[in-house]
Amino acid sequence: MTAAGKYWRIALGVAVIAALIIVPMNFNRYGLYILSQWTVMTIAAMGLNLTLGYAGQVSLAQGAFVGIGAYAAAIMTTQGMPLIVALGVAIVLCFAIGWILGYPALRVQHHYLAFVTLAFSTLAFLVFRNEDWLTKGIYGISNIPRPNVLGFATNRPLPFYYFCLGSLGIVSLAMWWLIRSPWGRAFVALRENPVRALSLGIDTRRYTLMAFAIGSALGGVAGTLYAPLTQYIDPVPFNLSLSLDLLMMVIVGGSGFFFGPFLGAMIAVLLPEWLRFTQGYYLMLYAVAVMLLLIYSPTGILGILDRYLTERRTKAASALRAVAKSRLETAP
Amino acid sequence: MTAVLEVSDIRKSFGGIKAVDGVSFDVHEGEILGLIGPNGCGKSTLFNCILGQLTPTDGEVKVDGKTVTGLRPSELNRLGVSRTFQLLQVFPKLSVRENLILAGQEHQGNMVSRLFGPSDAGLSAAADQMIGFFKLDHLATEAAGGLSYGQQKLLDAAMAFMGGPRLVLLDEPAGGVNLTMLGDLKERLAAINREKRATFVVIEHNMEFVMSLCTRVMVMAEGRLLAMGTPSEVRANPAVIEAYLGH
Repeated sequence: MTAAGKYWRIALGVAVIAALIIVPMNFNRYGLYILSQWTVMTIAAMGLNLTLGYAGQVSLAQGAFVGIGAYAAAIMTTQGMPLIVALGVAIVLCFAIGWILGYPALRVQHHYLAFVTLAFSTLAFLVFRNEDWLTKGIYGISNIPRPNVLGFATNRPLPFYYFCLGSLGIVSLAMWWLIRSPWGRAFVALRENPVRALSLGIDTRRYTLMAFAIGSALGGVAGTLYAPLTQYIDPVPFNLSLSLDLLMMVIVGGSGFFFGPFLGAMIAVLLPEWLRFTQGYYLMLYAVAVMLLLIYSPTGILGILDRYLTERRTKAASALRAVAKSRLETAP
Repeated sequence: MTAVLEVSDIRKSFGGIKAVDGVSFDVHEGEILGLIGPNGCGKSTLFNCILGQLTPTDGEVKVDGKTVTGLRPSELNRLGVSRTFQLLQVFPKLSVRENLILAGQEHQGNMVSRLFGPSDAGLSAAADQMIGFFKLDHLATEAAGGLSYGQQKLLDAAMAFMGGPRLVLLDEPAGGVNLTMLGDLKERLAAINREKRATFVVIEHNMEFVMSLCTRVMVMAEGRLLAMGTPSEVRANPAVIEAYLGH
């Protein structure tokens, strides 16, 4: 990457962040709700992107972890405990359960693994629905309070959106750092060639379990934001379709690309709103759009960009080689 | 001479087929042992049993006098036993340099220190040295998947040496590599053997390559050890000529 390219990227990043802070100031309650939902879903999808996109382990249980996080937050904060405590509990709980859920991945892969995680997803849903003493079953938990952050109340939509955006920022930085660390490299090795990874001293078992545990913990983080966002939760949003939605966000955005979940969540959360004018046809249009995208680019939206950039770099490199060659030939 | 690797009576059956049928041998420190034999004679299975990729049905493997039978490949690798593969085994989406860093990163520190340590695990310099040694300089930042077959073979070999192994098992390093590059590869291997005192076991079908590189050659046929000796002894052995080399 050239220095100029780097500056452009930084400028673009700053512009996007500024836009995310400034533009929503004029949004109405509903617009802010949708945007907050985007941040929450992005965090959950980032977790799945780590498990699936980087480490290559299929999971159809991410929605269940969002549910576990949301119930932890709902139960604890309605009992008067601060959200930060619920966050800690959700992270530890989801990390531990995710770790355990990783064990099947040591034996089965691909769609077999998908089925195991799908079974877990159903199990979690049944617990949310049937264990009334804990989750209040189908009646759900209402009046979930919003937190005070550094002394600021986040009851109103705009402060709560900033709280979500800030959380997304922190998670993004942590994730950026994680995937650039030796662990990130080991996760990719797991995806690309587990046999070779093993022969290079990489403990593929431990990294597989870690990928599941960390990805699931991020699902829990998303859940602890989801509960105070909606202020009411029942089991329905955390059924299998949320896991499938999250999977789609990761794949449509670009599995294994850092910014894939941001784009994927944007499409899954915002596109339905933009397509509202089509009334009853929105779901059909949406389905067709997703199918066309995946036919055109199986690696998602960022896959298109990646291909374009690689092509341009190759062209630039071969042009440089041609220049060097002609100089050699014309040299005295 | 001390034995780096001691293999005693290794057996491996798949159903009724005895792929390796009681093979014993020692590999001495600093030597290059060639392993030859017709296709399907159990060479690769033997490698996989030694390296923990397969669990032998019976027998024992010792590295530096310590029993390692049943250890996982990753554990064995961290004890200093490394390998290359018959078929290409690089990480195609990672760059050449990233491939090499990956090959070395698990040999130092622990999970926690790797997580909080530098992004390159402090291995950029070592990786670049290896890149230079294998003459891959112009390709350092290229994705490994974009390299030619021969270049990927070189990278595969380079990766096996990143952790500073004591013992390296090479499975057909010369397969599909053109003549110029083959000369390069042989010279590199001999240099590492000389300078780093690394011990090699090499499976190879290219006789010229084996006979000129190896100090000893062992011949397998039908899962058993057929002969063992210096290259000239093996070449003159009637049983070997019958089973493998031909008249």
